[in-house]
Amino acid sequence: MTGIRTTLKRGFDRVERPLDRLFGPDWNPLANLGPLGWYMFWIVTATGIYLFIFFDTGVVKAYQSVKWLSETHWFHAGVARSLHRYASDLLVVLMLVHLVREWAFDRYRGRRWFSWITGVPVIWFVYMSGITGYWLVWDKLAQYVALTTTELLDALPFFAEPIARNFLTPESLSSRFFTLMVFLHIAIPLLLLLLMWIHIQRITSARTKPPRGLAVLTLAALVAASLAMPAVLQGPADLSTFPTRVGLDWFILGLYPVIDLVPPSVIWTGALLITFLLFGLPWLPRRKEAEAAQVFLDFCNGCTRCEADCPYTAITMVPRSDGAPFPQEAKVDPDKCVACGICMGSCPSSTPFRRSGPLITGIDLPGRPLEALRAEVIAVAADLSGPGRVMTIACEHGAAGAPEKGRVILPCVAMAPPSLFDFILSRDLADGVCIAGCAERECYNRLGRRWTEDRIARTRDPLLRARVPRERLLTVWAGPSERAHLARERHAFSERVAAMEPMPGKRTLDPGESGMADGDAVTEENAK
Amino acid sequence: MRGRLHHLAMGGIVTLALCLGVAWLSASPTWQTVPENMALLRLSFTHSGDRSASCRNRTPEELAKLPPNMRATQVCDRRRPPIYVELEVDDTLIYAAESTPSGLAGSGPSRLYERFLLPAGVHVLRVRMRDSPASEVFGYEATRKVDLKPGQSFVIDFRKDSGFVFN
Repeated sequence: MTGIRTTLKRGFDRVERPLDRLFGPDWNPLANLGPLGWYMFWIVTATGIYLFIFFDTGVVKAYQSVKWLSETHWFHAGVARSLHRYASDLLVVLMLVHLVREWAFDRYRGRRWFSWITGVPVIWFVYMSGITGYWLVWDKLAQYVALTTTELLDALPFFAEPIARNFLTPESLSSRFFTLMVFLHIAIPLLLLLLMWIHIQRITSARTKPPRGLAVLTLAALVAASLAMPAVLQGPADLSTFPTRVGLDWFILGLYPVIDLVPPSVIWTGALLITFLLFGLPWLPRRKEAEAAQVFLDFCNGCTRCEADCPYTAITMVPRSDGAPFPQEAKVDPDKCVACGICMGSCPSSTPFRRSGPLITGIDLPGRPLEALRAEVIAVAADLSGPGRVMTIACEHGAAGAPEKGRVILPCVAMAPPSLFDFILSRDLADGVCIAGCAERECYNRLGRRWTEDRIARTRDPLLRARVPRERLLTVWAGPSERAHLARERHAFSERVAAMEPMPGKRTLDPGESGMADGDAVTEENAK
Repeated sequence: MRGRLHHLAMGGIVTLALCLGVAWLSASPTWQTVPENMALLRLSFTHSGDRSASCRNRTPEELAKLPPNMRATQVCDRRRPPIYVELEVDDTLIYAAESTPSGLAGSGPSRLYERFLLPAGVHVLRVRMRDSPASEVFGYEATRKVDLKPGQSFVIDFRKDSGFVFN
């Protein structure tokens, strides 16, 4: 399983790189699957409301009204119908690719199980919304879909009267059935919206809107496709005949040929098995995750920075419990914390310069405390030599995720507080720092790249101190398949740094700043 | 800005290609739902099995034990018997099955919905049903010669008062 996942992840990385060049990293569609999905939902909703103005519910009138709006009023209602259909199809594509991509990037288990689990019913509701929509047109395709669906449903022991009997003869179908279908086609998407809202509840600043440029591009392309290839209408349904050949929507109705060929019991068993498998995936196997972040109240003044920076709503501010003269303190929900360390990087107490006592910060990772990180940085510095010494602070999900000399690998580069870069340069541990994160298009921990850039640009707390020369910091955002690019950038940076004048004010470490022995004691204390 | 124009142009081409592909796949390629020159025959109806065979008259002693307002002379099983249906096409038996009564207590009617694909052309359809376990005789029976067109949907229904109906 891990092998397939790794291969898929690398495959995505390789496909996404050219898309970075074509769209720009921020508009890359594969890095905006969720926001685009939401966008498609709203396009489908808006066009659906517009179409409902012209739609008539009735055995004969339904088809006539769709034909009228598709042919006589093709320039507005017809385009709206095509947009309604193509945006629905695109939503299916986006949803399925999103599903595979999140699995490939291993963002579906451990403490991220909630978003995965709540996404599974979304799949069912997207398909149900689409299928009920196809009935309303009441053309030959609708007839085929209605008959196949009801025969499949009748295989379940829930319905007293076979629903398929509604479609025996032209006389057996009443207009009331269309009223029911309209109700379902409105109610199911409303429930879908509720599920989509639940789906994003455990992430901070969930992106439900794509970048404006990408939104404009997508809408323009959908309109152009609607004008060039309007949604087809396949002749009026006639229950005295049976549609022997239909133009199938392979996105929403792609399973129907299988339903034609396989007994209903096999279809339902397969659908249930796949659903249960999807529900169970986060525990097959369960991921062993690092221990959740821990708050140390002696060093927490309730500044709320960690709460603001946490990408997974794992931190909340609660009334102070230790009598310290601050109104609030940070509290970590261990069930939501993925141990990315971004909170540690955001804490103003996370300064490696402290010399007195053990190095403890306001919010720390028990499995990778700041004290140990400082010790690791000092140890890695010993490997660097010659002019242009560059230390790499790397994200484990990016191009620098594999161990290498002169490299400190973190769960997320935003785990490193800006004061750590200051520490490395001012204590002469390196001549330059290369911050190598995930690919620019998307951060594995959602907000790590953004927070790192903002902190370095001195626009977000904790700020990089003014004394740190910006030219001695290099940021490289590169995915796992861009190692060569990273190596080139790093090499060029090393040469630039070697040619610089020595950094003013730098000095060697004080004995108290290395604190290895003390650090071990702190780790033990944290473990308690 | 120039970079953005490049992204708009190149990204626009890719997105348009994707949307055209989606538009094409939303109606193509076509799917042959049944083989050419076939017609659809459906046998579907609702009918309650005759439970009169299970009925008996209460004895005077039994009636005397009952409250006056509940002294119905005849008592029958709540559960209905299954119905048995056979369908022959051109003297070949293609369907023969019992249909159990619906409902948790088995007190509802038996419901049938079966579909068959037949080659287009002339066929003789013979359908019969037995709804009482007390008899080996088919209580309802009908034969019809039909000329089925390719793609035609033909239905055999049932009405209690008029027997089998061919549509």
